Amino acid sequence: MNTLNLSISKTLLMARLKQSVIAAAGVTFGIAMFITLVSFMTGLNKMLDSLILNRTPHIRLYNAINPNADQPVNRSTEFKNAVNIVRSIKPSDSRTEIYNSTAIIHSLKNDSRVVAVAPKVASQVFYNIGVIDLNGLVNGIDVSQEMKYFSFADYIIKGDAYDLNRISNSVILGKGVADKMMSQVGDVIHVTSAKGDQLSLKVVGIFQLGLATVDDVQSYASLETTQKLLGKPKSYYTDIQVKLTNIDDAPAVAKEYALRYRTDAEDVQTANAQFESGTKVRNIITYAVSITLLIVAGFGIYNILNMMIYEKMDAIAILKATGFSSSDVKNIFINLSMIIGFIGGVAGLLTGMLLTMLIDQIPFKTAALPAISTYPINYDFTYYIIGALFAMATTYIAGYFPAKKAARIDPVVIIRGK
Amino acid sequence: MSDIILETRSINKYFHDPVTFQVLNDINFTIRKGEFVSITGKSGCGKSTLLYILSTMDTDYEGELYIDGESMTKLPHNGLAKVRNEKIGFVFQFHYLLPEFTVLQNVMLPALKLGKFEPAAIEERAMSLLRRLDIGDQAKKGANRLSGGQKQRVAIARALINDPVLIMGDEPTGNLDSKNSKIVFDIFKELVAEKKQSLLIVTHDEDFARTTDRNIVMDDGRMVK
Repeated sequence: MNTLNLSISKTLLMARLKQSVIAAAGVTFGIAMFITLVSFMTGLNKMLDSLILNRTPHIRLYNAINPNADQPVNRSTEFKNAVNIVRSIKPSDSRTEIYNSTAIIHSLKNDSRVVAVAPKVASQVFYNIGVIDLNGLVNGIDVSQEMKYFSFADYIIKGDAYDLNRISNSVILGKGVADKMMSQVGDVIHVTSAKGDQLSLKVVGIFQLGLATVDDVQSYASLETTQKLLGKPKSYYTDIQVKLTNIDDAPAVAKEYALRYRTDAEDVQTANAQFESGTKVRNIITYAVSITLLIVAGFGIYNILNMMIYEKMDAIAILKATGFSSSDVKNIFINLSMIIGFIGGVAGLLTGMLLTMLIDQIPFKTAALPAISTYPINYDFTYYIIGALFAMATTYIAGYFPAKKAARIDPVVIIRGK
Repeated sequence: MSDIILETRSINKYFHDPVTFQVLNDINFTIRKGEFVSITGKSGCGKSTLLYILSTMDTDYEGELYIDGESMTKLPHNGLAKVRNEKIGFVFQFHYLLPEFTVLQNVMLPALKLGKFEPAAIEERAMSLLRRLDIGDQAKKGANRLSGGQKQRVAIARALINDPVLIMGDEPTGNLDSKNSKIVFDIFKELVAEKKQSLLIVTHDEDFARTTDRNIVMDDGRMVK
């Protein structure tokens, strides 16, 4: 019975092929635009986010330099019940080192929510260029962990990051630093630590993150080199970077870690709040535009079906007179709409895919983004599923009302009317 | 099981627009199996209105209607559609074929809807009906490429495909020339004789009406004869 209704729908559709194709083209256009827009926008979002987020740990454990909240006067029994105001407190020479770091790292590695743990040593330095000392920061990193979990390799524009491990006293300079020092890979530069110790470092690579504030100041060395620069032992870490399985857990987990390990803990959302809101707004715009397109396509289908029903009044009356019920008639017209939606939707998904692939070929070179050479596209299958569902849903709704109207047609009025 | 195919009990119908007006007044009659009944009357006497009530398409009436011993008055719309599909065949003044479909498909559709036989068996039956009506060679043509007389014969084939107990016609020859009218009339005659199917035909044609088993004359919503 249903296959009968379906074949009637098909025949009606083929009889009005031109109109049907135009209706389907509306859906195709809407879905193709949705796929293109979403893929392009989220690709762009992802790229902009990754600019910051790739190199940002989900949670960073560190010791902030703060004045001690527990001042001696508070411990005195004499002033126990008084309000103690101490002005102009200076931070004591508290260590920026994380206490008991080995145990913390071990404990973090056993946490099921954690993907990776990478310790870091940050050290203030001066880059010596002739008589000029340039302010800078050397990050001592665990190269293999950074490569694996923090996309370090994407940002190396010259040299090989693993040379940091292979060659002792080696460094990867920021592009801006390298330019200022006029140094190439293979050169030797001199740096002075904050404590006054001087060290010669061999340049094994140059990185570019795309953010001038980083590229002009920072450089990377191995943990050992940096610890040596600072004159600290092997367990000296200033930061522990944590990557979680689910980035959305970061704020909650950060709070928990701050309490458990008695360090400061900063989550990625807090560190990059403005980025999050930017992403959200862009997503909203993308969806708003796509949904508008699909709704317009839906109106197109609604119109065409309505016209078709007026044309087919006789046919509906005959079907009803020969034993097709109202629900059969409704079924036939909803089928009609859904066939248009299905064909238009599939064509739209394919067109959208082709369009995104085309955009993916357009060169997009910018000095700020060394890892990117063409416009970024996010090929996420989820969007194709959303697009397909939306195509079916719009055409169903667009078909439902005309179909209901068709079902209500009274055959007597039409047959008598002639 | 009596041989009464259709029975009405005091059917009244009113039109309410623009003013309330009684179209049908206390219609009581029966049609027996194998009977060829015609209804004649002046324009506007309510004969078409009566036919649409009897055909179950118009449900807005007072009184009771029985088809094949079953009351139609309380049946839901889907039930009525099923009765129309199975027990009633229609031939209209205008052929009302579906122009998107071929002649053969037009004839097959009600049987496919009924689903009593396999499509292949239905096709065979439709073909034999078309051949009997002398239009077997037109089966694969589009329905709107036939002449008026041919179309009406296709409509008759469609009305017969499910072997209905009752065939109804609303001026089935009204749109045809005398030669084609004669053909249609002869087909009807044969059906009654062969298959004991009942026929109820509304017509203007007095000559046509005279040759039927029984002629009901209507005037002003009543049965006069």
